[in-house]
Amino acid sequence: MLRPALLITLLLTACRGPSDRVVVQNKGSDTMVNLAQAWAETFVLTHPRMAVEVSGGGSGTGIAALIQGSVDIANSSRAIRPEEADAAFKRHGRKVVAHMVALDALAVFVNSANPTDSLSFEQLACIFGEGGTCESWSDLGVTVPGCRDNQIVRVSRQSNSGTFQYFRETVVGPKKDLRLGSLDLNGSSETIRLVETTPCAIGYVGMGYLSPRVKPVCVSSGPDQPCVPPTALTARRHEYPITRPLFMYTLENPTDAQRVFLDWVGSAEGLRVLEHTGYVAVEPVVASGEAQ
Amino acid sequence: MSARLHRSRWSRGVERLFELGIRLGGFAAVVLLSGIMLFVVGEAWPFLLGRFDAIEFFTSTEWFPDSVVKVRYGALALFVGTLSVTALAMVAAVPVGLLGAIYLAELAPPRVREPGKIIIELLAAIPSVVWGFIALTVVSPLMVSVLDLPVGLNVANGALVLALMSLPVIISLGEDALRAVPDSYREAAEALGATRWETTTRVVVPAARNGLLAAVLLGVSRVVGETMAVLMATGHSVRIPHSIFDPVRTLTATIAAELGEAPKGGEHYRALFTIGLCLFVITFVINWLADRLIRRAAHRV
Repeated sequence: MLRPALLITLLLTACRGPSDRVVVQNKGSDTMVNLAQAWAETFVLTHPRMAVEVSGGGSGTGIAALIQGSVDIANSSRAIRPEEADAAFKRHGRKVVAHMVALDALAVFVNSANPTDSLSFEQLACIFGEGGTCESWSDLGVTVPGCRDNQIVRVSRQSNSGTFQYFRETVVGPKKDLRLGSLDLNGSSETIRLVETTPCAIGYVGMGYLSPRVKPVCVSSGPDQPCVPPTALTARRHEYPITRPLFMYTLENPTDAQRVFLDWVGSAEGLRVLEHTGYVAVEPVVASGEAQ
Repeated sequence: MSARLHRSRWSRGVERLFELGIRLGGFAAVVLLSGIMLFVVGEAWPFLLGRFDAIEFFTSTEWFPDSVVKVRYGALALFVGTLSVTALAMVAAVPVGLLGAIYLAELAPPRVREPGKIIIELLAAIPSVVWGFIALTVVSPLMVSVLDLPVGLNVANGALVLALMSLPVIISLGEDALRAVPDSYREAAEALGATRWETTTRVVVPAARNGLLAAVLLGVSRVVGETMAVLMATGHSVRIPHSIFDPVRTLTATIAAELGEAPKGGEHYRALFTIGLCLFVITFVINWLADRLIRRAAHRV
């Protein structure tokens, strides 16, 4: 008779885990989810009293959660907007603090069968931007084997994606929309998978997601600018024209647990994980500052 | 004597209690459902009174809820998307589902029927994200390489996935409806010399008509309301399709993809609830039509 009771007690203890474990909630950018997960997993090895729970959903979702107060750290692949920072201040009476944790090259890539090697901002705006007229790969002077009608299949992202917003602002222009009719996928890995198997397709992701089965192209920001491939080196030197900072946002005066985690992220150990996942360190290591 | 009296009083008390419980349950269901309805209308209402422009909403394909240039709420392409995927999915799923139900209920030997039913019901337990993943990683590459299409995420892919998702509902409920037809009907038909085919098509299927229609309608609701799988399988692209191999975007997928980002109480948020309200109306109209069909059919017999 004792046995089931004992078993239940054991199970309950097992599920509860160490009672004094401090949990840091982390949510946001889909681009950063693998990175944040890798950080969280390595971090707890040396900090057994702490846990970091990571979830994705998109930069906008993470920032919304920080405003709501449901997460401690929001990951974002775009800068927080003034109105978002205001909303957080109104709600919590604390300012939002930005921690720039990494650099990312936003890679533009095509199917491996596509002979395109380079694209300029102008060509990308012609493909993705509203009012653009590039419907066919022939408009760019290439013929893609295995692609019916040589048609361009534009793969974009859903609108709460920081990657989407950074791409729109930087490549197409701050006051322009992307053209309708693109396939707006819900994640970076979906984008990769679709382009891998679709000869006509072109897409963009953070370079940590690139797979050997797609072909990143070099990008030039203007007619007389050099064409630069997305690599760790060109991103670190800010030569790649769509290099962007990746942020972790907290409210000011973070708790000890949040501070310990963010300090660790900027430590040598954190950097090792960062480079292992394909992203690039920022100098100085973790640059923190008030948002805006 | 006194013991029996005591027991009957006690059991009457239990009966009262149960009756009360059932009443409360039914009442709670009605209150909750009307609450949800009121919530959706309430969230959509300020948009409907303010920014909403029926002509733009129902006739324009320009869905730019977060435009940096000019915000536009033209949902026509989303309606066409939902309609095209649903219609194609039902064209595929209804005949297959009904034939499957007839096979399982009337023709299959017991050693096929039971495992068959279990397997089909297991299919219903596959989460819709998994269906979406299959659409993206298996169906899409096949469509591109075998059919030589520019893109494998499209109406046909979405409809295929939705048809597979609605089949368990149609088959399993359809089979229940057919099995509910009393055996005396079949015996009478056979006694009159009808073949098995005649018994099935002239007696059993007409007798189970209402149940079969209900099975099909629940399949339709599953298809209209599905979100994640269509988000991934249709390509999620705002446009009017010219063929079944063009990508589209559905009403449900739009809500799923955009609601998380839309600031609560903002115009975009309320526009998405207006779409939700439209889905409500669509489902209501389908159910109302079905109800009328059933009544009319019942009159004719």
